[in-house]
Amino acid sequence: MTDNIADMMERVADRLLPLDAWHRARGARMVPFAGYQMPVQYEGVMAEHLWTRENAGLFDVSHMGQVLLTGDAPDLALEAIVPGEIQKLGVNRMRYSVLLEENGGILDDLMVTRRERDLYLVVNGACKYDDLAHMRETFPDEVVITLLDERALFALQGPKAGEALASLIPDVASLYFMQAGSFTLDGMSLWISRSGYTGEDGFEISVDCDHAAALADRLCALDVVKPIGLGARDSLRLEAGLPLYGHDLDESVSPVEGDLSFAISKRRRAEGGFAGAERILEELEEGTDRKRVGLSVEGRQPVREGAELFVGDRMVGKVTSGGFAPTLGAPIAMALIKSAFAPLGTVLEAEVRGKRIPVTVAPMPFVPHRYHRPKTA
Amino acid sequence: MSRYFTEEHEWVEVEGKIATVGITEYAQQQLGDVVFVDVPAEGKQFDKGDEAAVVESVKAASDVYSPVSGTIVEGNEVLADEPGLVNSDPEGDGWFFKLQLTDQGELDALMDEAAYKKFVAGL
Repeated sequence: MTDNIADMMERVADRLLPLDAWHRARGARMVPFAGYQMPVQYEGVMAEHLWTRENAGLFDVSHMGQVLLTGDAPDLALEAIVPGEIQKLGVNRMRYSVLLEENGGILDDLMVTRRERDLYLVVNGACKYDDLAHMRETFPDEVVITLLDERALFALQGPKAGEALASLIPDVASLYFMQAGSFTLDGMSLWISRSGYTGEDGFEISVDCDHAAALADRLCALDVVKPIGLGARDSLRLEAGLPLYGHDLDESVSPVEGDLSFAISKRRRAEGGFAGAERILEELEEGTDRKRVGLSVEGRQPVREGAELFVGDRMVGKVTSGGFAPTLGAPIAMALIKSAFAPLGTVLEAEVRGKRIPVTVAPMPFVPHRYHRPKTA
Repeated sequence: MSRYFTEEHEWVEVEGKIATVGITEYAQQQLGDVVFVDVPAEGKQFDKGDEAAVVESVKAASDVYSPVSGTIVEGNEVLADEPGLVNSDPEGDGWFFKLQLTDQGELDALMDEAAYKKFVAGL
């Protein structure tokens, strides 16, 4: 566990997920993460990872912050601290974005969905209270911020997630990647988006805490669905090339350094007007001193977070997350490195326990995304 | 032949002056899927408690300490290609290294199987 998580643990005593007993009854090993007792694994990270890539995995991500913005012009307020196009985001459409500090550093990454009557945000569990405080401080009083702490959140991920969920709720078949809507099952009212953090097709499902166990039971009763822990969630997102806040991104990293320039929308590039715009727009023009990249690793030994990267005697960066990729049967990593060494194919050395391990800058995702997008003619 | 155990969840099988060292069933369960093992080369000398091997699971890297002092006579080379042996047969084919004991007396400080079982039950 990293320092930043350790810090969280000191500040907030471990809370229990709404489904804590449900996880324990299914053999989960619970570990502290983001202020909660979280299921890290059930039968084992490797098996759970591979199951999700072939079938469908159910992840309890109720530690994440579900936040509603209502009142007067919440989109304008949000645009002051994120670089994405929110005003023109269509109803039931969602977008990945980042919360920015005045100097352009990333305070958190998040999903923003426009719904008929509000903006619905999903932010990281470890950051949610800081995010709320930051929004309260920067938003006009006319914007109302509500943390939905009576809602649980699940992710159902994998190539069979679509057929699995549609077998219970046929209408979800109409959703494409990054679309969302309101659905019902057995009288439970669900907010469902076609999105996730594994690179696979899948859904994120928001449900009242009182119904969370019933929903998890309905899903896990399907042959293709198993509960999957936080361990596999991490290895799946790493293979998908998706950054993890607090590790690959933090307040010292700008979206351009973090290789998230895609999240800076066209109009926002032209108009600016968001926190850190001066730095970020200049970085888009001029480039940055360092950049987030993917690394393939020679041999079998994992290169983990904190490992220093060298070209000869010169330290050129640090691994921000790394581990063994079960789908590939090999170690992979992400790193922040000097941009001069960021081109694909650049060979560096990672120092692990006094040993140098060759690594190569590699394209991400490491495992191709398989999102459910409309077929283009 | 007798088998000893440590609080770091290693086992030591002693035959004459040669000790075979591995990690216990409990340890492999805690580690989860092992993906890499680095075993020491022949001739390396360790004092009791020195870092002698590295075992990495999907989740984390862990050191394996030498439970006794001695000189390595063999590392389990099979683990380089089949690290999963540590999960499937930790107290057999998944052994880490063999060393020639420097001081047989060090064994007295280790636990026997009954004491280790009790130790694990109390965790």
